[in-house]
Amino acid sequence: MKDRSASFVRRLLPFLAAGALVVYPLALPRFYSSLAIEIFIMALFALSFNLMFGYAGMLSFGHAVFYGIGAYTAALVLKHAAESMALAIACSMAVSFVAALVIGFICVRFTRTYFIMLTVAFGELVYVIGHRLVGVTGGDDGLVGIPIPQISLPGLPVIDLSNMRVYYYFSLVIVAAAAVVLRIIVKSRFGHVLRAIRDSQQRALFLGLNVRRHLLLCYALAGLFAGLAGALLVPFEGMVSLETLHFSTSGNPIIVSILGGTQFFLGPVVGAAIFILVKDTVQNVAEFWMLWMGIILVATVMFLPGGVVGFVARFKPFRSAAGIAKKEE
Amino acid sequence: MILIQFLNGLSTAMLLFLLASGLTLIFGVLRVINFAHGSLYMLGAYFTYSVAVFSGSYWVSLLAAPVFVACAAGLIERFFLRRLYVREHEFQLLLLYSFVLIIDDATKAFWGTSIRMVPKPAALTGSIEILGRAFPTYTLLIIGLGPLVALALFLALNGTKIGRQVVAASLDREAASAVGLNVPFLYSVVFVFGAWLSGVGGAVVAPLRGASPGMGMEIIIMSFAVVIVGGLGSIWGAFLGALLLGEVLAFGTLIVPNLIVLLPYAIMILIFLVRPQGLLGRGGG
Amino acid sequence: MAAILETRDLCLSFGKLRAVDSVSLSVEEGALTSVIGPNGAGKTTFFNLLSGHYRPDKGAVLLKGQDITGLPPYVLVKMGMGRSFQITNIFPELTVLLNVCVALTASTGKSYDCLHGLRSSARTVSEAVSIIESVGLGPYVDYKGSTLSHGDRKLLEFALVLAIKPSIMLLDEPTAGMNQEETNNTVRLVREISREKGITVILTEHDIDLVFSISDRIAVLNQGRLIALGTPGEIRSNEAVKKAYLGEDA
Repeated sequence: MKDRSASFVRRLLPFLAAGALVVYPLALPRFYSSLAIEIFIMALFALSFNLMFGYAGMLSFGHAVFYGIGAYTAALVLKHAAESMALAIACSMAVSFVAALVIGFICVRFTRTYFIMLTVAFGELVYVIGHRLVGVTGGDDGLVGIPIPQISLPGLPVIDLSNMRVYYYFSLVIVAAAAVVLRIIVKSRFGHVLRAIRDSQQRALFLGLNVRRHLLLCYALAGLFAGLAGALLVPFEGMVSLETLHFSTSGNPIIVSILGGTQFFLGPVVGAAIFILVKDTVQNVAEFWMLWMGIILVATVMFLPGGVVGFVARFKPFRSAAGIAKKEE
Repeated sequence: MILIQFLNGLSTAMLLFLLASGLTLIFGVLRVINFAHGSLYMLGAYFTYSVAVFSGSYWVSLLAAPVFVACAAGLIERFFLRRLYVREHEFQLLLLYSFVLIIDDATKAFWGTSIRMVPKPAALTGSIEILGRAFPTYTLLIIGLGPLVALALFLALNGTKIGRQVVAASLDREAASAVGLNVPFLYSVVFVFGAWLSGVGGAVVAPLRGASPGMGMEIIIMSFAVVIVGGLGSIWGAFLGALLLGEVLAFGTLIVPNLIVLLPYAIMILIFLVRPQGLLGRGGG
Repeated sequence: MAAILETRDLCLSFGKLRAVDSVSLSVEEGALTSVIGPNGAGKTTFFNLLSGHYRPDKGAVLLKGQDITGLPPYVLVKMGMGRSFQITNIFPELTVLLNVCVALTASTGKSYDCLHGLRSSARTVSEAVSIIESVGLGPYVDYKGSTLSHGDRKLLEFALVLAIKPSIMLLDEPTAGMNQEETNNTVRLVREISREKGITVILTEHDIDLVFSISDRIAVLNQGRLIALGTPGEIRSNEAVKKAYLGEDA
């Protein structure tokens, strides 16, 4: 009896969550919509990072490169080519993917320490280039005055992305769709091969798997989705700042994934919510919120190696809820 | 002109060596890259500023600040890092990264975001004439300090009992603990000593460039480049890498001033492609 | 019978140490060949040269008449070479079933498939299960690799190598650390692979009695050099072997 009610709740949960996400912006003031958008974008950025880290074991300290490139590409398309969000997103993903292929080609030759240091180096290199290419990126000032596009589909009213509530739904749909695609990848043959490579590169290599090429594809896919997250940032902020390429931005998806739990698909999503909420709360009372983030991260690394989702899943009553974020074997 | 630039390069090199030698020593024994090394260096500069203001003497702060940095590192090692040695390296790295966030923001909260200048000690404010050009005495002091530290390190590692144990542990950790060396103790010593070296770096640089929030990030990237060029885990590799990078930067400013910021990365990536184990590295990693 | 694997004048040094010193050896198709020698004789290094893990300083390795020197391991696997490791090497965070499914996926070339699940093909799953049962791990299909005992991990690695359908298998100390029962089980498996499936097997092994009882041919390495090659009977009566190797033990 108890089991049946638990499984009933579990089956109902996704619908409840979906319903809450639909009603949310209508029920709350506009500010909460923008807060949620921040969470969505951060969640996608972290999900893309965790495809690399959680599933393939590549700890990159330079993931902002592809997030930033995605944001700048979308901004440049909107500003100079066409005021089309679809085109901006497509270009962002393509450019980030190609950039990740090029940088990944060098990085995936190395493992562990060397891989990490190379990603830091490429992160800084791209940042420095972005800083210098004032004509393209606007340098220190960033790119400002970006037109926010409208989407007009036949038979539907014009979708005005500059409206925060509208943009909430838009980014929710995009991020949810991207998450579904990432989920399919993680569950696929390729996803399991990545886990195998994470467990033992040597064994994978001697079973006939071209380890580097698999890791490169993974790295490039992570870059592609980071690029999409970057593109979503543009209409939301109306500008792109150089900070999107900075080392500290590369740190964010790492913090978020660890916080939520890297071995759970939805870990980074939960982590993103905590991250943004902590940031928002602390920023209201103190100037240096990263200090508190650092302390939270220390505590997570020391005491909650499975992240918040891993912690919650330990308790029986919550296990059914955590079931949707079920730990990957 | 060339000689002056060479000396400038040498002073940069010696500063980089102070950082990179600690980084490479810690990596050699603990097998983890100390992400917080740049932050500890920055902490060294700020401590130097505060002690100099408080005591009125730069020399006191030069002695005291690195010790404070070493104490901070000791706390991090003893209460946090040590508990993670049994876990994957990634966790140790993430912990050190967390401390980067904490130290960076804590210094901003405590000392503010503007640059803090430390006056040069009176005895070294002047300059010496070299081939008809004035060269600051203080920079010469830094140049002298590098080889001194290298020599001291060499003697400490080869001449003392604990130094030999550190070398043994860096070559083969399991064998070292199998023959009864106190490996956790060696870890602490190496981590704290490496931090002390970065503190010295911070204390030395404070009168030259002051203490500022971005300085840690700037130096850590350079130090990464140095240890990669020299070979991770090799002290002499770090010395060679520091010399190479210092001089390349010094002469780079003369020849290609616009591209100078890209040079360290270019060198680093080039070394990765041509000789990934570094100039004097044993390989692995 | 034709030689399936051949080395010509193979050399590899680590610094001053000549780990493998001009070894020329040919292995007959279908035979079970053991490589033995005292500790530090260069057995594992020799294996690493054969399987493409190391690149020789000099000399060549030929697989089915083709020069494979310096080819990456994953290419050699495609040509039919499988190997196990002295220190057991499996995927500890995956279940036994998924371990074998990954190996099967590797051999079918569908490892880049981002859309279909690993278990979406019923044929793959049933094939994996039958391989797992053939090594005797049937009851542990859904156990994580890391939860298996040492002996069972070795068996799982065996299953992984079988899954890539090799025509030649290199086994580096397949019974190391096993108890008597596990050893017997493994020996039975190796015999079966060699006799019934016709797979060429090359193995290294410490247990000399075991080597003499299962091998068709034995190669003896000492200080990196091949000092003898022959049937167990020939090796038993070989003076050089007695002096260099068996003599030490006696």
